[in-house]
Amino acid sequence: MRPVRGKRIVAILAAGGLTLAAAACGQAPAEAPKTGGSTAAGAAYKACMVTDLGGIDDKSFNASAWAGLQAAKTEASNVDPKFVASSSEASYEPGLRGYVTQNCNYILAVGGLMGDVTTKVAKENPKSQFAIVDSGSGNSNVYPMQFATHQAAFLAGYLAAGYSKTGKVATYGGLKIAPVTIFMDGFADGVKHYNTVKGKDVKVLGWDKAAQNGNFAESFIDQNKGKSVTQTLVGQGADVIMPVAGGTGLGTAQVAKDSGGKLSVIWVDQDGCVSAAQYCEVFLSTVVKNIEDAVKQSVVKGAKGETLSATPGYVGSLANDGVSLAKFNQFDSKVDAALKAELEKLKADIVAGTVKVESANAPK
Amino acid sequence: MTAFLRKLWSANTVALTFLSMVLAVLIGALLIIVSDADVLAKFGYFTARPSDAIESSWAVVSTAYADLLKGAFGDPQVFSAWFAGTATWQQAFAPLSETLTYAAPMVFTGLSVALAFRGGLFNIGAQGQAVLGCVAAGIAGFTFGLPVVLNLLVALIAGVVGGALWGFIPGFLKARTGAHEVITTIMLNYSAGLFLSWLVIQQGIQAPGRTDAISKTVAETAQLPSPGGVLRVHLGIILAVLVTAGVSWLLNRSAFGFELRAVGANPHAAKTAGIGVGRTYVLLMAIAGGLAGLGGATQVLGTAHALTPAVAGNIGFDGLLVALLGRNRPWGTLFAALLFGALRAGGDRMQSFASISLELVTVLQALIVIFIAAPALVKAIFRLRAARATGLGASLAKG
Repeated sequence: MRPVRGKRIVAILAAGGLTLAAAACGQAPAEAPKTGGSTAAGAAYKACMVTDLGGIDDKSFNASAWAGLQAAKTEASNVDPKFVASSSEASYEPGLRGYVTQNCNYILAVGGLMGDVTTKVAKENPKSQFAIVDSGSGNSNVYPMQFATHQAAFLAGYLAAGYSKTGKVATYGGLKIAPVTIFMDGFADGVKHYNTVKGKDVKVLGWDKAAQNGNFAESFIDQNKGKSVTQTLVGQGADVIMPVAGGTGLGTAQVAKDSGGKLSVIWVDQDGCVSAAQYCEVFLSTVVKNIEDAVKQSVVKGAKGETLSATPGYVGSLANDGVSLAKFNQFDSKVDAALKAELEKLKADIVAGTVKVESANAPK
Repeated sequence: MTAFLRKLWSANTVALTFLSMVLAVLIGALLIIVSDADVLAKFGYFTARPSDAIESSWAVVSTAYADLLKGAFGDPQVFSAWFAGTATWQQAFAPLSETLTYAAPMVFTGLSVALAFRGGLFNIGAQGQAVLGCVAAGIAGFTFGLPVVLNLLVALIAGVVGGALWGFIPGFLKARTGAHEVITTIMLNYSAGLFLSWLVIQQGIQAPGRTDAISKTVAETAQLPSPGGVLRVHLGIILAVLVTAGVSWLLNRSAFGFELRAVGANPHAAKTAGIGVGRTYVLLMAIAGGLAGLGGATQVLGTAHALTPAVAGNIGFDGLLVALLGRNRPWGTLFAALLFGALRAGGDRMQSFASISLELVTVLQALIVIFIAAPALVKAIFRLRAARATGLGASLAKG
């Protein structure tokens, strides 16, 4: 056996070496003339981002914010985006300070948990421009970007109530934290509004706004957990579900797909037919929180030399399309024209302030 | 002192540790090259013009490791700027401060694991114990409002007690029922983590005016003193050195240390010799828990200043690696924690300045530990190289 094995190894090595050698036989490109990168660098607008613990590929707010920085580059070519991923909460501060040292023109902190440390670093470096997603501003050089997500979720609740055949709709969250429960508050109120207007009694499962209590998967990634939570809710009669749980919600989408049209899903954050296209057929609509656009606009503004004022900063609402109800995509023909008109009207009313949407979890 | 020096120079261990690091750095360099698309593209025409590929590889690897060193120990440019008067001494020492800041909690969790290990227990629970330390120290820090010094002392002691309680449980279960400490401590890690997530959003704990998961801020009098500004380093690192000395004394000089080493070496023999094995387990786990709890406390009172679900980060599990790297000796653990602190601080800079993914630093740490944990592998690798010099055929024939 031994000699054979030895030969085999030699053969594998030889084959591997040949492949490598073949791969390395490409033509060398012509010697590029040394262009002065300094002219471009002089005008470069360094947009630097420090992620939350979710990392850059979280398919949620870190990814959206990063997409925003990259999108800004297409509009203002001098934008030079880069990021650091935080490995722990203790590395938020060195992340921000590292970018101060590198003279970044725009330093973006992603997530409310970075609020305090961003304020601290911003106060010590009054000449740097900071920005933060999902948190208020603590200093005049911190540009806050917050989202009145409950307004769009209110529309989603109304839509779900109007679309439901069983008279029961549901929502559940990934974790009981404000950026999640704000969706659930809006959703529950939207259903309530539908009941008041129509004199119906559509029930909301999974969230009790008054008690601030409901169903949570305790995870943003565990799809199986999403499935089991969903099956419980379906067992109780729900036929429209809004999971506010990142990747966990894909479990809900899978259950809906298997149900053959009996269950439909309202997605959150980014249009489901884009971010989870494989399940497009089950997405009734999406409560969009447009972080990408908010970040992009602020960077482009900064790159053009405009000031980013901390007050009022940016609050994404239905009025400025910072939050919205996405297209119905494949459900376009299944949603009643009357219901669509009512949603348009409701949106206008919320923007005008005649219908008030409130949530204890809303940005202050 | 001489004993310590002898330990440091016991050539075998030091050489192996050093060679492990060399190997890890080499593999890390390969990973840096492979993960850089531009450099990799230059290997596509390696035979046509090898200088391109080699130069660009060298450039990317050397910048990355230079940034790693600058981020951990200091940037010579900033030092010269300081001497020239254009930078402050704080800026010059900021990298070193980062290294010590990251190292401090790992020293405690590392000691926790190392001490338990010497008594024959595998304390996977340092994470949970650290979390409980965070909780107890944090709550004590923003609740009592005691005067200066006293407030900090009370908060630190609360952290120790919190961790000790979380260590006592598996120790007690082991002594009384024989429940394996690995299982119980892992379960208690989950319990501690979820308890913290729940706790920070409760009324009276959550910061007023906040809707996200963050607690009130620890009173200034309960925070570990720090120079402030860019220097995050705090009293915790000095405490860490003192505690290391204490643990070293406990382990090598005290009666309890003798007992725990005896139990660790052979519980049956220890029992025959009249040592209360169960009692030793309980006390040992409580002390180990207290150490990890102190690590959690330094994290909250030194850097975080408020409780969040992830406030303890990964310090408990890092403690496992640190203890392993330090070969379960107190001073070894201290140095291992400093090394890991340096890697973390340097990794931050490497990521920020050289745009090398943070995961690489984690991989480097993991590789160092793998090689340390498998000394035979390192020996084999370096002997193999010597064998090759004498003749390739010989080693192949043996294989």
